[in-house]
Amino acid sequence: MTTGFFSSVDDVAERLAATGYLASRAVATTVFLADRLGKPLLVEGPAGVGKTELAKAVTEVTGARLVRLQCYEGVDESRALYEWNHAKQLLRITAGRGESWDETRTDIFSEEFLLARPLLTAIRSEEPTVLLVDETDKADIEVEGLLLEVLSDFQVTVPELGTIAATRRPFVVLTSNASRELSEALRRRCLFLHIGFPEEELERRIVTRRVPGLDAALAASVVRVVGALRAMDLRKAPSVSETIDWARTLLALGADRLDEGVVRDSLGVLLKHQEDIVRAAAKLDLDAV
Amino acid sequence: MERLTGLVAALRDHAFGIGTGETVDAGHALEAVGFTDRERVREALAATLLHGERQRPVFDRVFDLYFPLGGDGDGDSSGDRTAPDGTAAGLAELRERLAAALTADDGAALALLAAEAVGGFGGYGSGPETDGWSSYRTLSRLRPETLLARVREALRSEEPEFADRLLDDEIRRRIEAFRERVRTEARRRVAERQGRDRVARRAVAGTADGVDFLLAGRAQLDDLRRTVRPLARKLATRLAARRRRAARGEIDLRRTLRRSLSTGGVPVRPVLRRRRPGRPELVLLCDVSGSVAGFAQFTMLLVQALHDQFSRVRVFAFVNRVDEVTGLIARGAADPAGLGDRILAEAELTGWHGQSDYGTALGEFADRYAEAVGPRTVLFVLGDARTNRADPNLAALKRVADRARRVHWLNPEQPSLWGTGDSEAPAYAEIVDMRPCRNARQLGALIGRLLPV
Repeated sequence: MTTGFFSSVDDVAERLAATGYLASRAVATTVFLADRLGKPLLVEGPAGVGKTELAKAVTEVTGARLVRLQCYEGVDESRALYEWNHAKQLLRITAGRGESWDETRTDIFSEEFLLARPLLTAIRSEEPTVLLVDETDKADIEVEGLLLEVLSDFQVTVPELGTIAATRRPFVVLTSNASRELSEALRRRCLFLHIGFPEEELERRIVTRRVPGLDAALAASVVRVVGALRAMDLRKAPSVSETIDWARTLLALGADRLDEGVVRDSLGVLLKHQEDIVRAAAKLDLDAV
Repeated sequence: MERLTGLVAALRDHAFGIGTGETVDAGHALEAVGFTDRERVREALAATLLHGERQRPVFDRVFDLYFPLGGDGDGDSSGDRTAPDGTAAGLAELRERLAAALTADDGAALALLAAEAVGGFGGYGSGPETDGWSSYRTLSRLRPETLLARVREALRSEEPEFADRLLDDEIRRRIEAFRERVRTEARRRVAERQGRDRVARRAVAGTADGVDFLLAGRAQLDDLRRTVRPLARKLATRLAARRRRAARGEIDLRRTLRRSLSTGGVPVRPVLRRRRPGRPELVLLCDVSGSVAGFAQFTMLLVQALHDQFSRVRVFAFVNRVDEVTGLIARGAADPAGLGDRILAEAELTGWHGQSDYGTALGEFADRYAEAVGPRTVLFVLGDARTNRADPNLAALKRVADRARRVHWLNPEQPSLWGTGDSEAPAYAEIVDMRPCRNARQLGALIGRLLPV
């Protein structure tokens, strides 16, 4: 069962590029496979390399509807799947005085009183849908169990109503920063994609694309410096989003080329820990920061 | 198809958990992307067969063996188009082109050059059938690292730019990438000769967490160090889950029955055993002498990363004298790479000789730091128990073990070596619980199991 969004790997790359998401070969191939095999896609990688962006870009090119489940510690079934609208049920009970209990009981557990949360929404959706389960690693382990049923059979069981199966399979993207190990069972059900830092040439294209008006030579230097920083042993290596931020900063500062002063003043955009800044400054031969 | 199952079998040999379902998926995936683009095939297989990024380096190498460059593994090694003849002139010419390719950072050209280089300079043996291919021979004749200055000269722009101060590092990275290509190419050729399956099993290095502590080289130790953080996170989740479960408590049968007397013996309200408050204390006693330093260092880093799981962590290091190094590995003191050097430089660990001496060290620990070990302490001793023929001082260990809640000794040597030569492992093992712990995978499993809730 495919989701049928794309016709070939090149098709993925081209259409994603049209929205401004420049996909590496690995990304394009895996997205195509997820579409073709109808399997969920588990995307891992450091923060800020475009995991969530990928889901958004897919949504945009396919004209699908984006359903997003943001995970956090303590997210539970009623937040992720569905819950009963108790207030409305109470109203219904009060309104229906005089009828028998059996009638009321069957009535208040019907579709009308069901509040669909992201997972159920995506399953029930008739239109093309992209389901984004963001930061899966932040959720408790119980939620993973919940995802297992949803992701392997694309169905949800509501005890009072029975099983609701997807008529149209959503395109599912799960993202994770690997702050917790996800279970083997979950990994087994997904295609795995690791988005790392892009290659120099790709990153240069991303930066020029995202920061129009940036001089090509400056973009190249920016990417080179960021690449060098990533090769250092830092607590938090700068990510693509930081590269873009830095490029924007430089543009705003009106810098037309990198020099010691500019780099020193704007290093904080790239690096988020004081000890990283000190170390990078030493390595780049900047004067004391 | 056959190649796919071969690849899967080879990956399974490297302890990748790949089920039949995944293999079927991989088949579907190959069907979907086709075979025209090798890199696409690679990504398709990676997406369906892998479960984590740490498996990727091993996967890439195995993949290169089963799906070699240049089509269908038709043994093209003998038919290189421009196979240089191994002469000095050929060498100079190849170096020339290599310099140009490095300057342009041209991946395709570099791949081609790697193939040529191995073909021209990596062969050894006499006849065409008896020979092999060696990346070491290739690299020692080609010496790509000496091209650094030349490439730098070619790249340096007229106007010195800020980014140019990064040039040397960039070129070094390119050269290292080229060396890796040469290694891959040599492995591929050997594989053609000896059969892939054998090479895939032997010649491909495993993932970092499977590297033997005592055999790890410097680069592998760096790799290991990078596994600390994920490993620590994994352990922390496991410990937290265990603690949560423990907090819910078990049923206290005696008190439940007592209370049930008021309801005629029907246990209406179960009584839960109350949880002992507080987190455990952890003490590490590490041998940091040359032979086992990598192991001790790695464990220390792991414990440092786990430190919020304990109420208190204290770390002692010894060679033949003991000193407390808790302060040195404290949180925030970055630079894990220099940790070992720093400990050796700043702590007083050696007396008048540099060999490890467990007897003296244990004795000193029992005397000077007796207060560190109490009924809530779990003590981990790390070391190979090789005392260099000195007195093992079993009494001191006994004294410490009696005071501690539990003592575990992790030994980086395999059990078959215990007791050979100057190893006092069996004697110590009679007093405390000693377990072999040879690589990061084992260490992670052990720590997860042994740590108290």
